[in-house]
Amino acid sequence: MQTIASQTSPPKKSFLYDPKVRGIFYQVVLVAAIVFLFYVAATNAIENLQRAKIASGFGFLSNTAGFDISQTLVQFSAAGGSYGDAFLVGLLNTLIVSAIGIVFTTILGFLIGIARLSRNWMVAKVAMVYVEVLRNIPLLVQLLFWYIAVLGALPQPRNSLEMGAGFYLNSRGLFMARPIYASDAWVLIAVLAVGLVGTFVYRRWARKQQEQTGRQYPVGKVTLALVLGLPVLTWVLLALAGANPVSFELPRKGTFNLTGGMQILPEFVALLLGLVTYTAAFIAEVVRAGILAVSKGQTEAASSLGLTPGQTLRLVVIPQAMRVIIPPLTSQYLNLTKNSSLAVAIGYPDLVQVFMGTVLNQTGQAIEVVVITMGVYLTISLVTSFVMNIYNRRVAIVER
Amino acid sequence: MNATVDIPRFVRAKQVEALPPPNLARGPIAWIRENLFSGPFNTILTLAVFYLLYVSVPPLVKFLFIDAVWTGTDRAACRADAGGSESGACWAFIRDKINYFVYGSYTISERWRVNIFFALLALGVVWLLWLKAPRRDLGAVYFFWVFPVAAYILLTGGNADFGGRFWLGFAIFGALLIALFAFVAAVLKTSMRPALLVGGGIVAVIGITLALVDFDFGLAHVPTSLWGGILVTLLVATVGIVVSLPFGIVLALGRRSKLPLVRLASVVFIEFVRGVPLITVLIMANTMLPLFLPGDMTVDRLLRPLIGTALFASAYMAEVVRGGLQAMPKGQYEGAMSLGLNYPQMMSLIILPQALRIVIPGIVNTFIGLFKDTSLVAIVGIFDLVKTIEASRIDPNWAAPTIGITGYAFAALFYFIFCFGMSRYSLGVERRLAAGQKR
Repeated sequence: MQTIASQTSPPKKSFLYDPKVRGIFYQVVLVAAIVFLFYVAATNAIENLQRAKIASGFGFLSNTAGFDISQTLVQFSAAGGSYGDAFLVGLLNTLIVSAIGIVFTTILGFLIGIARLSRNWMVAKVAMVYVEVLRNIPLLVQLLFWYIAVLGALPQPRNSLEMGAGFYLNSRGLFMARPIYASDAWVLIAVLAVGLVGTFVYRRWARKQQEQTGRQYPVGKVTLALVLGLPVLTWVLLALAGANPVSFELPRKGTFNLTGGMQILPEFVALLLGLVTYTAAFIAEVVRAGILAVSKGQTEAASSLGLTPGQTLRLVVIPQAMRVIIPPLTSQYLNLTKNSSLAVAIGYPDLVQVFMGTVLNQTGQAIEVVVITMGVYLTISLVTSFVMNIYNRRVAIVER
Repeated sequence: MNATVDIPRFVRAKQVEALPPPNLARGPIAWIRENLFSGPFNTILTLAVFYLLYVSVPPLVKFLFIDAVWTGTDRAACRADAGGSESGACWAFIRDKINYFVYGSYTISERWRVNIFFALLALGVVWLLWLKAPRRDLGAVYFFWVFPVAAYILLTGGNADFGGRFWLGFAIFGALLIALFAFVAAVLKTSMRPALLVGGGIVAVIGITLALVDFDFGLAHVPTSLWGGILVTLLVATVGIVVSLPFGIVLALGRRSKLPLVRLASVVFIEFVRGVPLITVLIMANTMLPLFLPGDMTVDRLLRPLIGTALFASAYMAEVVRGGLQAMPKGQYEGAMSLGLNYPQMMSLIILPQALRIVIPGIVNTFIGLFKDTSLVAIVGIFDLVKTIEASRIDPNWAAPTIGITGYAFAALFYFIFCFGMSRYSLGVERRLAAGQKR
């Protein structure tokens, strides 16, 4: 028996065959290659920058920019604004077009996704054609189409299209009423906050009541009343009392141009239209897949429990579909945010157009500008995927 | 007497055809009732859609076909004030400019070379994508080696003229590489033959490629600044595909590797590239690549976005391939290892052939994305299809109000045909792959 034990001990092999040694060797080679690559790139860059007499470092951010930006959400002027301010303006423009785009594209995408599953043949086919056409044409072509072909066909300012309620449309964009906040406008915000808190408390109470007694309370109506009704009521009351917190300045039609009001750039409208319609096609597919992923047995079981079709949809199908829908939906939101950088093609002053375009050309500090811009997009992506991972862990089906 | 009375009797010998169901249960009318007007809500929906179609489709058809101008040599044909008609698409413009849209400013006498490039590309794509094509392994060799070299020689003219010193250097490099392989084999005490074969093979492939590029085929040189239109669009897409598939596989394997630093490097690259928009990658390639190279070296203007798109597509490809690798049951890995295969053998013979097969739809979808994304090179000043249309749109010879919309309609049609075709293909493959799972 002893001989067997001695036979099973492996023969002495060269340490070169040890997978651990090999692993360390491969990694050392990889790291050496990467370090070498970076070293060569860095030395070349330093040499090239010195020869071209381009400054380095982030000091340029406080230099005066000296150019104007067509859409600014914060105070910015060519004379007083620095490159850092220009960065902020561009970033805010990117964020606002992404935020508004996400809201609209979600609505449109869900509508089309549900329409594709409609039992109405006509509706399903039209939704399918929409998805196939929009998905298979590059966003850039669609943006140029919206910008040049559609918005370019709008009339001159003096012949503005009047759309009622203070809305005007012309080749300089969309004009609408501008809200002017009086000093006591904070009251409305406070009332809204009270409404939100009240809703939250009420919903918790209603849920507890239902779990304990089975009685249902009109959650939806109360939410609407608290969040929307309360501020509107306050506003009306304040206005009647003669202390109007928010008034509107309507655009007035002059001889050649519109004055006053709020102007929305045609570039913004074109970018928003393009992003919303393009992303909606992808979201529609996500939604369709999510709804189809809920098995028919779930719907049938819900019906056999006596739930109405509306309740089945609200309480059974949607919660389960959402689990499948949310992760790809978030990546579509990220895509929309990243695609908003195509603004540079039609001249909407987003982060890429302002910072990677104008600022990069003026300062020549390519490395710093590229690092900052990519850092912004990376941060947005990584934060979103971090939050998504937490969400996924929370909604994942807990099995035995 | 026979009492039988001849009572007229009737015995049905043949079965009567069943009566057709009432019109309201079958046939087109019933179908319409069932699918379009099954309730008040559905009826309203149908009518709304009909109204939508009525508002959008007839004007579109009128613009694209009925009122369209098909022939003409300049703007007069498409301008109302010059005696033409201005209400429809100006297809005459596309017909006049089609050569520019396809070849860009490529030297006219040399355009046959571009045509051969298109043919070679089509051959490679069909060979790889048609699942029943013979010898698809040779197809892969063709698409990833023969075709790129041939395309390079055809499009640029080849004749790189490396010179004697370069070849001397290459000979030394080759000898060193073979010696390295032999040395490793000697240290590991394995047989010398395969090591020499692999080393020699690598040197031979690189050598033949370089020799072909160096050889003077007598083709005139065409600088890349003259290339344009669909040629460039297809070129960017092809380079993206040829580079991103192997590179993406390497990245995916790296991400699944057990070695922490290899995994870290792959994850950082993939997540970095996927986290930023393509346009920033393109601008980076455009402005920073020249900075990172030694001062006297310049990168071709066309090569920069090519590198950018290829890297970008690789990261997305890596994630698709990783999906396939993760879908492989663990038994496949264990089975391969129990047969005594080493890592390269296990991956190339067992895992990748199966994993790549199940992700063909994903790969094709990535290609669709890549194909659409090629239009972005227009933003960094490369004359792809979109840029050539942009340039022709402002041609004073064709100044008419409908020119812009016609040009973009043409571009949209071009991209749609390619992308829609690819997505149909991927659906077909998906169905075929699913057939094996169904019982």
